[in-house]
Amino acid sequence: MSVVVRTIARILLPIVFAFGGYVIMHGHLTPGGGFQGGAVVASALALVLVAFGEASLKKYKDLLSALESLGGVAFVVLGLIGIPFTFFANVLAGVGGLFGQSVPPGPNPGYLNTAGTLPLMNWAVGLKVIAGLGSVVVLFGLFGGEDDR
Amino acid sequence: MKRWFVLAAFLVVAGFLVLLGTGMRPFGAPKAFEMDQYFIDYTQAEVAANNVVTAVVFDYRGYDTLGEATVLFCAVVGVALILRKVRR
Repeated sequence: MSVVVRTIARILLPIVFAFGGYVIMHGHLTPGGGFQGGAVVASALALVLVAFGEASLKKYKDLLSALESLGGVAFVVLGLIGIPFTFFANVLAGVGGLFGQSVPPGPNPGYLNTAGTLPLMNWAVGLKVIAGLGSVVVLFGLFGGEDDR
Repeated sequence: MKRWFVLAAFLVVAGFLVLLGTGMRPFGAPKAFEMDQYFIDYTQAEVAANNVVTAVVFDYRGYDTLGEATVLFCAVVGVALILRKVRR
């Protein structure tokens, strides 16, 4: 694309990536979560594709595939660590340690170190959605070209 | 042999479903707002999360999210299958 589009994209991309990471990271406190933040980051990948051409994303195809598998496996493993109780039991909630802080009942400002496995599952689903929708965007971008897919 | 195994599996599954059906509450007995009120009351104590929606999606109904992730995976596989390079 033209130099105007590329310059604007260079300014916007860090903001969009940071916003996507913020939506995923605060999924247990604010509206949003893994799916929504992953879609935001995947739209940033679409912006890269439009502004800089499909050749700029082609070398990340294997990385996206690996991230998709990693997100899916991490999600199932996070569900399986609660298997002494039930599948998807939240064993990390309220016991201290990683994301184990308990919240006081009623209205409160929200604490990042709470909710047990929920933030980890948000990251797993976020990785899966980033890689899945990103792969779709890259595949559509490479479609019709002469180069090997 | 195989036929008897299939019949036994069918009878076990059907009996399990009928058994579950006899234990159900009457139609419409658990009113919808009871479940909603349960989530609102107990999410902060059980899941230690402020966001009730995320608690429902990833904890109470984690199976549903697993299915959604599977649907996304199937969509990606379908796109990759249709747009693959065909060797002639």
